[in-house]
Amino acid sequence: MHQIFFWGFALLAVFSALMVITRRNVVHSALFLISTFFWVAAIYILLEAELLAAIQILVYAGAIMVLIVFTILLIHVEETKIINPWQRQRPIAILLGVFLLGEIFLILSRALFPESIAGTALQQVAQEGNTEAVGKLLYTKYLFPFEVASILLLAAMIGAIVMAKREIEK
Amino acid sequence: MIPISHYLTLGAIIFIIGSIGVLTRKNAIIILMSIELMLNGVNITLVAFSYHLADLTGQIFAIFVVAVAAGEAAVGLAIIIALFRCRATVNVDEIQLLKW
Repeated sequence: MHQIFFWGFALLAVFSALMVITRRNVVHSALFLISTFFWVAAIYILLEAELLAAIQILVYAGAIMVLIVFTILLIHVEETKIINPWQRQRPIAILLGVFLLGEIFLILSRALFPESIAGTALQQVAQEGNTEAVGKLLYTKYLFPFEVASILLLAAMIGAIVMAKREIEK
Repeated sequence: MIPISHYLTLGAIIFIIGSIGVLTRKNAIIILMSIELMLNGVNITLVAFSYHLADLTGQIFAIFVVAVAAGEAAVGLAIIIALFRCRATVNVDEIQLLKW
């Protein structure tokens, strides 16, 4: 059962990801990216990371994609013109990508992974649920990175406002 | 039970698709979306290790990656809007102020 769901979600995620980078229309790319986020969230559920799946849908599909679609609306991009046939960057990029993928496959096929202990040591999670366990860890052991992340978000917010603000003409 | 290498391979494939998108596309918004794809590939890897080693740290890291992705998207889109305002294009081939 797990196998069927994994292969289904994985194939759909990869298919949507391929569609994102091959569609000519930006809006189609954005819609396929949303569907990729949903399939990745499904993969998270298979991995018993329910909180992260919810965050994936809320933050990625809900917030980031709305921001991207609004920007597409604002700047009105015409459909990309037919690509110049004399373009050397594309084959090189695909070659390098396939090469890197082959390298990763080679490493994965030779790697020795530690024995999977999934489901045995997560008693705590089974008792109080994934959200509570992650929350406890986030506010105790990882409190400092959490605060740094909030400062980063504040800086990003100020930066975005400053850069996107219309300059006052004098 | 699905072995961890399946999840790692899926993460790697999505990461590579994102990097090919960054290298081949000319539209700055699609480049930004490809970067989001790459971050998602990394997140799958983190969560897969978190599950198979029964350690929640991977999920915490994935949450931080999502936070950084949100900040990156906000700043990146602000840069694209500012760029569009002064150059009237989002084609990265036409944006060559630093090229001489």
